[in-house]
Amino acid sequence: MVSRASTNGERPASHLSLTRQVRWSERLAEALIKGVALVSIASVLLILIFVGKEALPVLTSAEVHREVSLTTLFAPNAEAGYMWQPVSEVPKYNVLPLFLGTLKVTFIALLFAVPLSILAALFVSEFAHKRAREIIKPAIELLAGIPSVVIGFFALVVLASWVQRLFGTEHRLNALVAGMGLSFAICPIVFSVSEDALRAVPNSYRSAALALGSTRAQTLLRVVLPAAAPGIAAAVVLGFGRAIGETMIVVLASGNAALLDFGWGTSTRTVTATIAQELGEVVVGSAHYDVLFFLGALLFLSTLAINLAGERFVHRMRKQLGGSQ
Amino acid sequence: MSAATTAAAQKPAPAQTSLSRRGNFADRVLGTLTTAATVIILLMLCVIVGDVVIGGSRVLSWEFISAPPRNGMTAGGIFPAIFGTVTLTLLMTLAAVPAGVATAVYLTEYASSESLMARLVRVCIANLAGVPSIVFGLFGLGFFISTLGRAIDRAAYGGHLTYGQPSLIWAALTLAILTLPVVVVSTEEALRAVPRELRDASLALGATKFQTITHVVLPEALGGILTGGILAVSRGAGEVAPIMFTGAAYFLPYLPTHLNDQFMNLGYHVYVLATQSPDVDRTKPLLYGTVLVLLVLTFLLNLVAVLIRLRTRRRLQAHA
Repeated sequence: MVSRASTNGERPASHLSLTRQVRWSERLAEALIKGVALVSIASVLLILIFVGKEALPVLTSAEVHREVSLTTLFAPNAEAGYMWQPVSEVPKYNVLPLFLGTLKVTFIALLFAVPLSILAALFVSEFAHKRAREIIKPAIELLAGIPSVVIGFFALVVLASWVQRLFGTEHRLNALVAGMGLSFAICPIVFSVSEDALRAVPNSYRSAALALGSTRAQTLLRVVLPAAAPGIAAAVVLGFGRAIGETMIVVLASGNAALLDFGWGTSTRTVTATIAQELGEVVVGSAHYDVLFFLGALLFLSTLAINLAGERFVHRMRKQLGGSQ
Repeated sequence: MSAATTAAAQKPAPAQTSLSRRGNFADRVLGTLTTAATVIILLMLCVIVGDVVIGGSRVLSWEFISAPPRNGMTAGGIFPAIFGTVTLTLLMTLAAVPAGVATAVYLTEYASSESLMARLVRVCIANLAGVPSIVFGLFGLGFFISTLGRAIDRAAYGGHLTYGQPSLIWAALTLAILTLPVVVVSTEEALRAVPRELRDASLALGATKFQTITHVVLPEALGGILTGGILAVSRGAGEVAPIMFTGAAYFLPYLPTHLNDQFMNLGYHVYVLATQSPDVDRTKPLLYGTVLVLLVLTFLLNLVAVLIRLRTRRRLQAHA
């Protein structure tokens, strides 16, 4: 809006001969700024290319296929079973335990974070006084600013002991501890996206519902929440994306045993933690190295898809509400 | 809780009619539930910060901050890690802030919102913000070190291994790409808060567009740009996954002096102490101390950023 207005404002000036002198430097500045703006596009492309390049041998190289192929990665092998043991004498690369670990931890994290964050967003946008809001929102932004390695440390040292005392879990570090730690990290994102969505619902909706005689609760549950639903869906989707990509919390708190186990009290290992722990010791260019990059590429593509889906939701909501605002 | 009930009480009250009494109960339940959820989230923040502050303050001393680790990192201080973190984030800022500000200026001042490139830039910024930090680590290794670094070595150092290995500069650039969205988003918000009348007035006085941007718009948006920079520093100082393979070292007896040196880092030090040490009980006090220093560093920066942003937002609302 703003930029267009100023371009329009400038147009008549460009016809004056006086300004012609300055124009080349103006153009140079614009070109430079535009060039730098391209960095973001280039970065995404370079990530795609260079993570993909190291991952590609998993699909194409015959040498790598002697150790690992797509079938051994994803399907159970008669003798190997569902095992991730890349440094054993006969390396076993089955990613199912890792995928299961990621999903398990993510699911637990969302189970805690989603209800809490959406309710808190409802509180801030519908119930809280302006002054309370101005304390709560920055406080949650501060929670988002805590480095994940600090949350991971807290989960490792404190949370794990609490969980074990409370539930008597089999392993001290397990999927539950990692999931709870992870929920600390995704609460802020789910909260802020949901809160934006709730605030985007025009006040006229609320006024109309209240004027028709519905109570506050009815207004919220039947009018405001449905209107904000796509935005809240986006919040959950973005929280999911953040959760599957989070590394340091799960490295420290999950116990890192690659077991094909559905329980929440057992040690588990995620995709991200596997990359973080193994890439440092692996020979560059080996099959193991390529497989780790392959996992990274999968992670990149899935978060890309998830984020695009999240934005689609936000966009849809803006469009729906746009006409009525 | 009190806020919720008073807010509910302020509403025009259909509470006298018997019909709405049921609704009133639901109102109260909803109010209580939402308040409880908010309190729980705020408690999370307090518990983490409280635990780290209590555990860490016992260890914190001048020696801890100013001395290098001793006895296989079971004693001594963390000075090299602090030094490495500060150097790393400074370098990162030098790359991320100019690039981020220029991108934001492009998006708000030059591009029309329908232009294909602007839309593409927006999509890429949004996606860059969602890329898992460990993927940045892989990217740094695959692109900066194995490709760019090796190419520099071949071209300028006769193949002698100089830049084709994990080092400060590559870790800083990897982090710069990771924090780019933070700078862009924050700067863009600030630029949009600059009232249109200021631009119009500047242009009407005969200033060119670029002069308007550098002399009027950017100074006016300085607060937001600062916020973006601070948030980026805070984010960059706390990230571990992207630097694990691109330059961070377990232990170094010397401080980094060249761009191609490795470095110690607070977050990575926490990871190392927590996972690689054979004797966790002996390193636990050190761990708490390191975490406290890291938290103070990132937290204070964040606090400053949040306060500045609050002011900018108020101004934005005043203009809207």
